[in-house]
Amino acid sequence: MSMSANQKKFLLKEKKNRRFVIFMQLLIIITFLILWEVLANKKILNPFIFSSPTRICLTIKNLFIEGSLISHITTTLYEIFLAFFIGISLGFLIAILLYEIKTLAKIVDPFLTMLNSLPKVALGPIIIIWVGANTKAIIVMALLINLIVSIVNIYNGFLGTDEIKIKLLKSFGASKIQILRYLVIPGSKRTIISSLKLNISMTLIGVIMGEFLVSKKGIGYLIIYGTQVFNLNIVMAGIVILIILSFIIYEGVSLLEKKLLQGKN
Amino acid sequence: MNNILEITNLEKSYYTKQGEIKAIKNISLQVKEGEIVTIVGTSGCGKSSLLGILANIENKSNGLFKFSKAKPTIGYMLQNDALFPWLTIYENAILGLKIAKKDTMENKEYVKKLLKTYNLEEFNNKYPNELSGGMKQRVALIRTLALKPDILLLDEPFSALDYQSRLAVSKDVFNIIKKEKITTILVSHDIGEAVSLSDRVVVLSKRPCSIKKIYEINLPSDNPIDNRKTKEFSELYDQIWKDLDVYVS
Repeated sequence: MSMSANQKKFLLKEKKNRRFVIFMQLLIIITFLILWEVLANKKILNPFIFSSPTRICLTIKNLFIEGSLISHITTTLYEIFLAFFIGISLGFLIAILLYEIKTLAKIVDPFLTMLNSLPKVALGPIIIIWVGANTKAIIVMALLINLIVSIVNIYNGFLGTDEIKIKLLKSFGASKIQILRYLVIPGSKRTIISSLKLNISMTLIGVIMGEFLVSKKGIGYLIIYGTQVFNLNIVMAGIVILIILSFIIYEGVSLLEKKLLQGKN
Repeated sequence: MNNILEITNLEKSYYTKQGEIKAIKNISLQVKEGEIVTIVGTSGCGKSSLLGILANIENKSNGLFKFSKAKPTIGYMLQNDALFPWLTIYENAILGLKIAKKDTMENKEYVKKLLKTYNLEEFNNKYPNELSGGMKQRVALIRTLALKPDILLLDEPFSALDYQSRLAVSKDVFNIIKKEKITTILVSHDIGEAVSLSDRVVVLSKRPCSIKKIYEINLPSDNPIDNRKTKEFSELYDQIWKDLDVYVS
């Protein structure tokens, strides 16, 4: 098919705009890094407190050579995926329970609201005493943060099910389980998938917080350890790795979401 | 002909915090086999509740209804097509069979045949959003017919369509019903639809509803659109309009 001149113009404009956006993004990052490096080298910024891009790179390289970097990353990743998986599965199951037993939903509603508004870090010390200062405490911490969001999200998705379709299935003599299987769950696919994204952000917060409180390994530990020995290079290195890791995980989940939502309707 | 359904002194009330709402006050009605009966009434008069009770998805408060068969298969169609957007046309059409655990090879073949007869075969693997409103309505009807119902209950099945498609689709659907010879109770607030399509029109009073009048309809044509042009149609239309006693401000 041939394109009209105006269409071509439009596409060209779009392309130019996209290039400009990427260019500006790169410009901001590079300027920031150069400025940081130069100011630190000229001692205008105290490199002992503020570190610098080259120092951070060097620290990451040393951590890698010394062999601890990979194990810090895998520890954190393991905790993230475990908490994410448990959070989503439990959230899904509890949402089904609340949907099926309306009275239960009414009973627990104020408790869910209370738990949801409570800053979960406050529970950190108790968790450590109850489950011990280990990986379990980190997972529990992360679950406290991601679970309620998942439950509420998925449950609300279920509540949005079309009443007319429920009536239709009932007229076919459908059981509660059949209504769930054929209508409520597939009909809430979009909400369930978009709650994955929210869940992963919450999980990241929970895991890092947990690592701050108890761990002996992981990115969160690296950051806390750096602070304790007053080696800001390690702290900054930890933060940089965390930024990259979160970005990759978040984009991964976004990609998964796009894949799952592709095609039908 | 035999009665397929007998309703005796049926009553229905809803209970809310604000108090009891009586929707149906004493309805008695017999429906003959193969008959098309339309129930008309003003909106909110309780006619949908009546179908809901017959379809077994709502409880009655008092009275009784009896089908001639011990365990009749009931086909129920609602205000919109209620097709599932994530299922293909064929999957939608066999949904009722699947739920009722009657998805045998033979029944599936029957659905395929229906889809073919009513010009939907080429859409078998398409999704509902690729079909026109009228086509979706036909798929919804086939989904109901798949269960080989003894009686069809249609609750304003065309109300979501615009006037033009409504005429075309209702003609379409009624041709199918007549061809398959299925007893049908249609609920509608559209007098024209009621008079042009059915063998009998039952007029309900305002809420709590009871039967006000029953009209035997003997219009000459099988084509509801032609029927609308006859003198009898206009007379019946005016008469029922008066019966409904709609207050127009």
